[in-house]
This record gives sequence, structure tokens and C-alpha cells, in this order.
Amino acid sequence: MARKPLDYEELNENVKKVRYAVRGELYLRASELQKEGKKIIFTNVGNPHALGQKPLTFGRQVVALCQAPFLLDDPHVGLMFPADAIARAKHYLAMTPGGLGAYSDSRGIPGIRKEVADFIHKRDGYPTDPELIYLTDGASKGVMQILNTIIRNERDGILVPVPQYPLYSASIALYGGSLVPYYLEEEANWSLDFVNIRQTVAEARSKGITVRAMVIINPGNPTGQCLSEANIKEVLQFCYYENLVLLADEVYQQNIFQDERPFMSSRKVMFDMGPPLSRELQLVSFHTVSKGNWGECGQRGGYFEMTNLPPKTVDEIYKVASISLSPNVPGQIFMGVMINPPKPGDVSYPKFTAESKYVHESLRRRARMMTDGFNSCRNVVCNFTEGAMYSFPQIRLPPRAIEAAKRAGKAPDVFYCLKLLEATGISTVPGSGFGQKEGVFHLRTTILPAEEDFPAIMSSFKKFNDSFMEQYEGYSRM
Amino acid sequence: MAPAASVAVENLNPKVLKCEYAVRGEIVIHAQRLQQQLQTQPGSLPFDQILFCNIGNPQSLGQQPVTFFREVLALCDHPCLLEKEETKSLFSADAISRAKQILATIPGRATGAYSHSQGVKGLRDAIAAGITSRDGFPANADDIFITDGASPGVHMMMQLLIRNEKDGILCPIPQYPLYSASIALHGGALVPYYLDEKTGWGLEISDLKKQLEDARSKGIDVRALVVINPGNPTGQVLAEDNQYDIVKFCKNEGLVLLADEVYQENIYVDNKKFNSFKKIARSMGYGEDDLPLVSFQSVSKGYYGECGKRGGYMEITGFSAPVREQIYKVASVNLCSNITGQILASLVMNPPKVGDESYASYKAEKDAILQSLARRAKALEDAFNKLEGISCNKAEGAMYLFPQIHLPQKAIEAAKAAKKAPDAFYVLRLLESTGIVVVPGSGFGQVPGTWHIRCTILPQEDKIPAVITRFKVFHEAFMAEYRD
Repeated sequence: MARKPLDYEELNENVKKVRYAVRGELYLRASELQKEGKKIIFTNVGNPHALGQKPLTFGRQVVALCQAPFLLDDPHVGLMFPADAIARAKHYLAMTPGGLGAYSDSRGIPGIRKEVADFIHKRDGYPTDPELIYLTDGASKGVMQILNTIIRNERDGILVPVPQYPLYSASIALYGGSLVPYYLEEEANWSLDFVNIRQTVAEARSKGITVRAMVIINPGNPTGQCLSEANIKEVLQFCYYENLVLLADEVYQQNIFQDERPFMSSRKVMFDMGPPLSRELQLVSFHTVSKGNWGECGQRGGYFEMTNLPPKTVDEIYKVASISLSPNVPGQIFMGVMINPPKPGDVSYPKFTAESKYVHESLRRRARMMTDGFNSCRNVVCNFTEGAMYSFPQIRLPPRAIEAAKRAGKAPDVFYCLKLLEATGISTVPGSGFGQKEGVFHLRTTILPAEEDFPAIMSSFKKFNDSFMEQYEGYSRM
Repeated sequence: MAPAASVAVENLNPKVLKCEYAVRGEIVIHAQRLQQQLQTQPGSLPFDQILFCNIGNPQSLGQQPVTFFREVLALCDHPCLLEKEETKSLFSADAISRAKQILATIPGRATGAYSHSQGVKGLRDAIAAGITSRDGFPANADDIFITDGASPGVHMMMQLLIRNEKDGILCPIPQYPLYSASIALHGGALVPYYLDEKTGWGLEISDLKKQLEDARSKGIDVRALVVINPGNPTGQVLAEDNQYDIVKFCKNEGLVLLADEVYQENIYVDNKKFNSFKKIARSMGYGEDDLPLVSFQSVSKGYYGECGKRGGYMEITGFSAPVREQIYKVASVNLCSNITGQILASLVMNPPKVGDESYASYKAEKDAILQSLARRAKALEDAFNKLEGISCNKAEGAMYLFPQIHLPQKAIEAAKAAKKAPDAFYVLRLLESTGIVVVPGSGFGQVPGTWHIRCTILPQEDKIPAVITRFKVFHEAFMAEYRD
């Protein structure tokens, strides 16, 4: 019988190569168990609201008013909404002829891009051009667009950290490029090792790969490390001399849980270094409304900012953006409110500040609790979550556990995570979904479960882990 | 010193370089510049505003959103409102109860959380129920993928189907250039089939077959057939027996049927009605396993026109489980589509019904918009047909008119001298004289040697006479200038 076009064998091979573990095997198994009635704690994805984090009120007030402008005409609106939310809604509606229901400029509403530019200027101390800021339906779409623009064929390589957020590996597979991995050093707090990076690039080149770009995720995902200024300088210099475009994923810039290394944008460091590097190095920076204290994942709001890309390249990027017409307008408004929140003196300022602070400080406490909790477990070693939303403990699996995994036809960390899920309902993502050194195993979990649930979750994990280790290692060596 | 810039046009993905999208292309960029000029130097141009008739963006030209939908969305955006006493006096009771019902289907009532990668299950159930009620044949929530507008769904299917430049997709000419752009972006071959302007943009199976065989003889593996019904830019609504023939054709030739049905609620003639391809296939006796079919719908068109929300879905039937897993996997990389768009898709497919408190006002809004669109379609069609050298088919549906402009030879030569396609030349002159922005037919494809423009029917009804007058004055002057 003739092969049909949508038979599995007839599909685009690149699609088949894609892996995205965050919603892969463990998540699907957890969903099955949930349907069967088991209580599942989903810590597989950075999805704060799904675990009880509340939205910041101001953003929701503004978007609700924009969504239903008839409210603004009602004399009672001042009873239901604070004056500054009302004013802000009017401000955004004035920017959008046609309100929330019209396609905006394909790059996003110009007025909001101007607000983003002002935010960047204020954050970094260097001005930027709103024309080079494109709003997108979530940062992921922007990442995919830029990678698709760069990758011509399988000989184009993209330097990606290992471990990495698998959007990068998935996109590179989808677009038929080559992932050139550079390993972060777990023993040195997940720092970059340029000796290793140079070696990796040389090897790739010797195989005929043209290395085109370098991805850094700062703060890191899943690793959480915050790059020092010195580290960022090294990255910039490296990209400059090796002729790479730097793709700086900075979506967790608001999630910083230590004081030694506050967030510094790659752009700021680049401009601090001055010309010629600051005038020539090509940089694309990504941000989102999904993380930070906002956690508005479901809105799909994000942007990318281009620095030193030639105008003709920008035109091509514009052209592709225009095919999708425009990013969703509510998501754009969330972006506006996020980077331009209530200020001292605004009616909503006290409430907004209290809500954000609450989220931030709780995340900071949870980052510490989780790290310490993992470190108290047998055969588990966990670097501190300096930033982002995840914990990435190393699980030192005994040889007998590794064999049992092999017999079960599963990667060792998948085996461990499945057992963890079945015993405790905690749904994590095995480290193999992010990449890790050969023979070293991890899992990624989030620090997002509600603070009051933490003690129970950590003790449930410890109980499972320690008995797993007992089972596969025998008696404790203590 | 660093070598030459890494990312420059010379070393970009050639597929990106190849694709084109005229709807927001050169003419629109120029119009935006002129719009800025009007702001900085008022009075410097022979018109005082730019009128964007290039894009199906109803609310940007004054169409009002459906009140009930916005009520529900605002309550879902800010659920705290449901706890306030004042809400009862500001929102209709059924909007409040619908919002509560929707929030109850969203885990944790968290509209800010990533949902299931196919979309919230409860919302997909509502969409499936709406499809079932529309067609009289059952639809399954598991077959539905809610996307950020219909366009990402189209891209996903092209990505899945196109392995290399020898994989071909049959597309109507003229077509909405998302298809040509997406095929180029994914490195495939567009196999054109020509709609017949003389028979109201009819689709001839014999032409389909000829194009298919032609392509195969050149070594192209034709994988799918795109049908846009109602058509864009052409506006024709397919006759039922035409649809039967198309389904049979796909079945016999082993093609995936990609049915773009985003204009299903925009029908302006009494002698035609919308039949989904799923309904047609099922009524012919083709079940789940007999025909791979992807049906696209959007919240951007119809009478709701919510383009800025980016809501839509594709219903995929007739695919094996391993293939569905691949589609799910690709959808999961983006995690999920925006929740507001998802909610809106469920509202569009499950609007207020007779007996609901909001039904009367909802129906009045819907009818007013659709009737006005029908009147505007007719008024513009008649106006175009009255002009020398212009012939315009009726817009039976969708949101566009696609008149043919019989350009005099002198105009064609002037265009050549200006290094522009003749229809692009005409469209640019139109813009510069009147401020009206339309898209040249070459952006959609047309029979070689014929020239068209695509103009939307969307300016508000009270602006239509002025649009017609301005166009007439321009066209008569243009023809006078270039008449042979």
C-alpha cells in the first residue's frame, strides 16, 4: 500500500530529532498518574502561577480595563480600580488604534517598545533604539526566530551551554543546525571554562562546522548561576575574536537570590568595554514576562533586542516577523507594565511593591531551603540556586541502580525520576533532558511549590532518596 | 581586529532570504513613512490620512469587539472582580457565569500559568462541542491544538510535511501569502493550481489534477493540498459538490487536505453556505482513518475580528498516533499558546445561545457587523466595476476584493522603467495620490500578464463613499495619463 504523506516514516526528519524533556516522558507519566487520582506536584516547568503564586494585581487591573474599555466609561470604575491602573489602561489604549483586538505593528506597539527602550537605558545606563526591539509571543518565539535566521544547514554550529534549557537543542535540531556544546563546571559553581570552550570550538571547526553564535543563559537554566562581570567580559571578548553573534538569554534577570553577583546585562558590560568591541560585536538579548516576580507565563509576552546587526539583516528579521502579523497585544501590555511598573507616589505603588517583594523574598528563601534540603540527602550534592527558578542537584547513583535502569531500558536519571514520581508524586525533569557530563546524573526541579509545602516536599524527597540509596547501595558507610 | 560581521545578509538562512510576505511588505513600509510625514509636516501630502486597506484587521479600522466576549475575557484576566459587589452591575450575569465556568476548567484558576501544550482541556472540550454542533459530526478535544492565531498551526504542518525541496504543497493561485512564505521558509516547493477568474474564481479538479501530474513528472513529491474556503484574496465560497470532488481527489491521490477555514463566518451571499471539509468528508462516509485532514480556524476574522489576541486552532484528524506525538512534541517546545487567545477560541466556537441574557445584544452586534460587511463588499465591488479597465468578481465571503486592473501598455512600460511590477507601480501611485494602501496582486500570485490589487472591505461604512470617490478620481487620472 502506498505510503501516506503523514505516515511517521514520511515526516520531516528534523522534527523527529527534536527532544523537549520539560514536557516529555516524565511529564506525560505524571499526567497519567494524575488522571488516575494520584496527587502530583509538578516541578517540571518554571510555571509559578500553577503552583499557587498570585499574579501581581496592577498588571491584571490594567489589562482587564484594556480588554473591556466600556468599564472606563462607567462612573463607578473608580470604585473598582485604582486611578493609576485606569490612567495606565488609557495610556496603552491610546497607543493602539483598535485596542486589544487589532494586529499591532509586527514588531510590537511602538509606544511599548519605547518603554522597553527606556527600561533598558535606565537599567544599563546606555540608550537603545526602540526600532531594534521586537516584542514576541514569549521569548521562545524570538529565540526560535533568531536561530532560524542564522542556521543555513547542518554545518552551522551554535555554542550552547551544557546543561541548557532544551529550547536551544530543540530549535537547533528543528532548523537542521549543529549544537556545539560547552560544559559548565559544576565543581566551580557552574562557571564557564574558556580553555574547554576554545577546545570545543577548535574540534567543531576541524569537523567542518562553522560556529556562528554563542548562547549564554544568565542567570542560568537549569543551573541558576549568575555570571560575574569578569565572566561576561570574557564571553564578549571571545565572541568578538571568534566572530560569533552572542545570544544572551536574560529572562531570569529579576530572579537573583544572592548579593555578590547582581544581574548585569551583556549589553551593559559590552558598552562598558567600549569601542571597537561595543560597536562591532553582534548581540541579541532576550527577556520575558513569564519569570521574575510576575510569572505571567500564560500571557506569552517577551522581546528581543538587537545590537550591531546590519540593517539588511534587521530587514530580513522584520520580514519573517511580519508573516505572523503581530505578537498578542495583551502580552505586549504585560511587558509594558512589567518594565514600567508603579513608581513611588503612584496609588498602586505600596501594594505593588509589597506583592513583588513578597514573591521575591519567598523565592529567595525557597532557593536556600531547597539547596540545603538536597544537600542533606544521601549521595546528593546541590549547588546553590543563585538565580532563576530551579534546583539542579547531582544524584550520585550507585552502580547497582545504574544497572537496574539499564535492565528497565531507561537512562539512569530517568529511572530515578520515575521512581521518585511514583513514590512521592514529585514530577521533575531528568538531567539528561538538559545535558550533563557523561556518567554524571542530575534532576531539575523548580523552587516554585508554595513555601508552606516545602518542608513536606523536601522530607518526602529525602525519605524516597535515602531509601533508594539504601536499596541500591546497601548499608550506609557511616 | 575582528573579522567581518558574523550575521550579515550574505550568510543568513537562504530560506529566510527567499520568503516574501507582501501584506506587510514594501508598500506598507512606505505608507508608514508617509504617515509619519503627515504627522511631522501636516499638509505636505494630497491627503490627510493613510487608510490601511492592505490587511484584514477589522478593529484597527473601527469595528467594535463583541461585548460579551470582552466581558468574559476581562473577568478571566482579573478574577478578583468576581468577588466584588459592583461587578454584578457592570457585567452581564451570563458573562459572569461563563467566566466562572472557564476559570473552573483552568487548574488553580491560574490564567497566568502555562497550560497543556494543546491548550486547556476544558476549552478544547468547548471548541469540540462547537465543531460538533456546527457540523453534525463529532469532534474530539484531543484532536485540537490551540495556537497563537491560525498561522503558527500552518507553519507547524509545513514543518512536519516538508523534508526537502522536492516536497511539494498544492496551493491556490491567488493565495494568502502565508502559504508561499511558509513553504519557502521550510524549504519546500509550492505547486500552484489556478483559480478561474472567469467563473468567479472557480476551482477546477481537472486543473488540480494537471498541476499535480506536472509536478510529479518533475520529481516533486506532492504531499498536501491547501484550500482556503472562503477564499483569500478571492472571496469565493466553494459549492458543496466542488468540495466533494476535492475530498475525493485528496483521498485518491494520497494528499493531506489543509483546510483554511478562518473566514467561515464571513459569508455575504444567500445562495452559498459554509460547509467545513470535515463535515463534507464525514458525510461522504470518510471516517477518522480514511483521510488526513487539518482544519484551521481563527479568532481574527468572522464578526469578532480579534486579530490582536492571536487565537486560533487546528483540528487534526486522520493521523496515526506516532505522528500526533510528533505534533504534540513540536507544540510543547513553545509550551503553550496565550491563554486569552485560548479562551476567546472557546467563546467563538461556543457563543451565547437563545435564552442567554446576552443573546439578544450579542446577536444584534453580530448581525450588524456581518450585514455591514456585506453592504461594503457590494458597494466596493460595484464601484470597482464602474471604473474603466477594472473588472471585479463578487466577494461571496472573507474580507477582500481582488479586482483585475487592465493596465494600458504605456503604464506597464512606465512601471518597467521605474523597476517595479506594473501592479506595484499602480498601487504606489494610488498610495501617493490618495493615502489608500492596498496590496499588489503579485503578492498573492495571478495568471501571468494579469494585474490585480487586493483591497479590504473594512473601512467603516461611513468612510466608504469617500474611499470610492478618491479611488475613482485617482484611477481616471491614471488612465488618462497612460491610456494607449
